[in-house]
Parts: sequence; C-alpha cells; structure tokens
Amino acid sequence: MSADQMLAFETDCHIFDGCGFPAPGLHSFLFEPLFTVGGFDFNKPMLLAVLSTVVIIGFFWAAFGRAKVVPGKLQMIGESGYDFVRRGIVYEALGKKEGEKYVPFMVALFFFVWIMNLWSIIPVAQFPVTSIIAFPAALALIVYVLWMYLTFKKHGFVGGLKNITGYDKALGPILPLAVVLEFFSNVIIRPFTHAVRLFANMFAGHLLILMFTVASWYLLNGIGIAYAGVSFVMTVVMTAFELFIQAVQAYVFVLLATNYVQGALAEHH
Amino acid sequence: MQLASEGEVENPLLPPIPELVIGLVAFAIVFIFLAKKLLPMINKTLEERRAAIEGGMEKAEAAQAEAQQVLEDYRAQLADARHEAARLRQEAQEHGVAAIAEMRAEGQRQREEIIAAGHAQVEADRKAAAASLRQDVGQLATDLAGRIVGESLTDHARQSRAIDRFLDDLEAKAADTTKVEAGR
Repeated sequence: MSADQMLAFETDCHIFDGCGFPAPGLHSFLFEPLFTVGGFDFNKPMLLAVLSTVVIIGFFWAAFGRAKVVPGKLQMIGESGYDFVRRGIVYEALGKKEGEKYVPFMVALFFFVWIMNLWSIIPVAQFPVTSIIAFPAALALIVYVLWMYLTFKKHGFVGGLKNITGYDKALGPILPLAVVLEFFSNVIIRPFTHAVRLFANMFAGHLLILMFTVASWYLLNGIGIAYAGVSFVMTVVMTAFELFIQAVQAYVFVLLATNYVQGALAEHH
Repeated sequence: MQLASEGEVENPLLPPIPELVIGLVAFAIVFIFLAKKLLPMINKTLEERRAAIEGGMEKAEAAQAEAQQVLEDYRAQLADARHEAARLRQEAQEHGVAAIAEMRAEGQRQREEIIAAGHAQVEADRKAAAASLRQDVGQLATDLAGRIVGESLTDHARQSRAIDRFLDDLEAKAADTTKVEAGR
C-alpha cells in the first residue's frame, strides 16, 4: 500500500511539509476485502448493499407491519414514500389500472437505489454503493429484461421488433436508417445510459466530497488553515447537495424504468 | 487499495461479477419482501381507510338527508299551523261580527217589545181610568147633589161636615182605585 494512495487522515500529511496532495481517484472506489470466504472477497460496498436490504425491509416492516387505518408517525412516513412512487411516478406514466402491477417493483427500485445512494453521507459508511458500476448495472439489467419481456409479450415477435425499432412506414425512405438508429439507441445504448447516469452521478458526487474532505485536512498547516476552512465549508455544502442529488437520481432511475415499461406497453402506430 | 497498489486499477465502467450478483440478490430480496408481504399489508389498510372514509361520508349524507327531511316536515307543520291560526282568527272574527249583530237585533227586539208593552199598559190604564172616572164622576155628582139637597144648606157646620165626609169618601175611593190598579 503506497503512501500516496492512502487517505490524508491516515498519512498525517499536510501542506508545506514537503508532502504531495493525496488526491482521491479511482483507487478511492476500490476496497480491501473485509473478509474472504472460500475465495470470495466480501468488501465494504457489498456490506452496504446488504445493509440497504436490511434497512429497507426493516423500515417498511416497522412502518407497515401493523398498519392501522389511522396511521402512526412511522406509517405516515412510509405511506408518503409509497404514495410518492405509486402516484407520483407509476400512475402518472402508466395510469392507475395498468400501473398497479408495476407499483411494487418501482417502489422497491426507488428505495433500493435511494438507500444505496444515501450511504454516501451516512457517517462511518460514507460511500455511495451505486458508485460501483455493478450495482446500477444489475438494476438496469433487471429493468432491461423486464422491458424486453413486456415488449415481446405484448406485441408478439414481429410487433415487438417493430416497437423496439420504432418501425413506421410513414418515415418513407429514411425508414432503414431510423430503424437502425432506434434499435441501436433502445437495445444497446439505453441500458448502458440508464446504469451509467446513476453511477456517474454518485461517483462524481463522492469524489467531490472526498476531494474537499481530504483538502480540508491537507491544508491544515500555516496559512493553509484559511483555505482549509473554505474547503470544509464546501464539504458541508457538497454533502447537502449530495443529499439532494441522491434523491433526484433515485427518482430519475425509477422514472426512466417506468417510461421504458410504458414504451413496451404502448400501442405502436 | 490492495488492487490499486498492484497497478490493477480497473476500468470503473466494467462491473465486477461478485458485486453484480450481490446487487441482484439484494434487490431481489427487497423486491420480494415488499411485493409479497409489506405492500399488500399497506394496500389492505389503505383500502380499509378508503372504505371507512366512504362509509363515514355515506353516513354523513344520510344524516344530512334526514335532517333536511325533518326540517321540511317542520316547515310544513309550521305552515299548517299558521294557516290554521289564520283560519281560526278569521272564523272568530266572523263569529264575533255575527254575534254582535245578533245581540244588537235581540236588544232592538226586546226594546221594542218593552216599549210596546208599556204603550199597551198605559193605554189600558188610561181606558180603565177614563171608564172609572166617567162612572165615578156621575156617581159622585149624584151623591153630592143628593147630600146637598138632603142637608140644610144654612147649617154651615153640617154643610162643612158633609163636604168633608164627601171628600173623605172620595179619597177612600181613590185609594181603593189605586189599590185595585196596583193589584192588576
């Protein structure tokens, strides 16, 4: 483990000490395994992913476990979260009748993504699990499979292909080009952007917080203390900003998933 | 950091398989718990709440309808009562007018009767008096003449006594006549 890849706190390295800035980078997203079971390395993001599961189920169990007609505080919070996804996202896009089936999936998706994001600003955890591409990719893959399945189930093989490629005779001579582009966009690019949008936001957010945090420590020497103060304020500001971005990204991820489902179920003309 | 130090900084866009699997499994667990257990629970409660609210609304509507009905009944009764009162007043007024007219007529009649009776009485008395007087005057004149002739006209005392006696008789007769008349 080389010194320049350690966090500033571990090195006790400050400016004017002849010590380089231990800039955070890709290595900040790699973790030593916490423990290894039969060649399987269990690391911090995995632990946080598992904890997310526990937190979500625990919360909803506490909120809805003994649901009452007149709700308590916790149930009220749970209900508003549930209603936010149900009415605010699913019903909006799919309508009440058709959307009801997809509500549990979208609710699970929203809270899973959000809690995975939220670890970024939880003390001790302080790492957004979704900044490891595998997690958003797994979720995007599920949505992708669901989308494919619904498309072909609804329209049959030929109809499904037409739906995916946006086949429309009215396009005339540019039809082949449009079909190729649509196919490329929907089948190959879309799951990728779906996953990467979430991943990159969380990745960048974590990097920013990390940058200002490390800098606050690194600058803590001589005249640098003034700059350290500014950096610390920025850390607080970025943390608040991240809190906002985490919710927005979870919302966007689920909104897109809902829109894909809607596209799969839509009648093509 | 172990990996980093070994110079194996991977492309951050290449998903490591273990994380992928963990992510899928973790999400699957969340999804199954929510879809099979927890969301049905809250849906049931939400449904119950909706039913309760709708039930309450129905109850409130029924109560309102009943209140409206009662109000209408009451208003109808009030209107009836007003009509009845007006009718009674009207009737009483009519009765009063009739009664007054009747009493006036009765009074008139009685008065006339009394007057008529009075007139008849007076006429009868007058006739009786006249008849009696006529008879008496003749009698008296005859008596007086007889007595005057019978007595000595020079004897002043006797003459006086005779006149007094006559007058007494006359008074007694008059008293008898009055008594007789009062007896009638």
